[in-house]
Amino acid sequence: MTIQVRLFAIMAQQARTGMLTLEVPEGATLASLRAELQRRHPKVAWPAGTMLAVNQEYAQESALLYPGDEVAVIPPVSGG
Amino acid sequence: MEERVDIALQREPLDTNAAVARVTVAEAGGIALFLGTTRAQRAETGKGDGDLVALEYHAYEEMAHKQIAKLASEAVKRWPVCQLVVWHRLGEVKVGEPSVVIAVSTPHRGDAFDACEFLIDELKKIAPIWKKELYQRGDRWQGA
Repeated sequence: MTIQVRLFAIMAQQARTGMLTLEVPEGATLASLRAELQRRHPKVAWPAGTMLAVNQEYAQESALLYPGDEVAVIPPVSGG
Repeated sequence: MEERVDIALQREPLDTNAAVARVTVAEAGGIALFLGTTRAQRAETGKGDGDLVALEYHAYEEMAHKQIAKLASEAVKRWPVCQLVVWHRLGEVKVGEPSVVIAVSTPHRGDAFDACEFLIDELKKIAPIWKKELYQRGDRWQGA
């Protein structure tokens, strides 16, 4: 299945895009998506503390992915 | 709950008087107002970047709105909130200008202070918002 992954801040700058499209097998977890992202985009560094979100909620890496999920990579936040 | 809570992510300058007006109601005996502002600072020595000019805020807007709304719901559950405002600015915020305004009205002042502090502390932990420091020469993502 195809999953769209949104990138922000320094990670979007390094990737030169705010949106990546990845093909992952049915039943893939966030952990496997993360591994695939890191393999395909080695120039994008993952700062310590980077989180993943699915459908705008923080999610564990063991979470299963479903077609149409909106995944986002959230480097350490600095709002306020 | 919804009519008690006003959340916005906006590129326009924040109007703090409007925030206070938004939470001013007859039942309130206290209004707490927090402003987060861009602080003047020198770039790290030896880098020659000069002084900080502004912070540039970026957000995952839909998620930030949703996460701040969850914090507002939590605040309304924990304290007797009359009205609350959380407005966060995006884009460039110059030194001295506010990047976030939080206003909370409650019947008694202690609850307004506590709810206001909770909202800013938690917003800084979970809202997917990032700032880039813009210096006279060069820039740097904070936390990177």
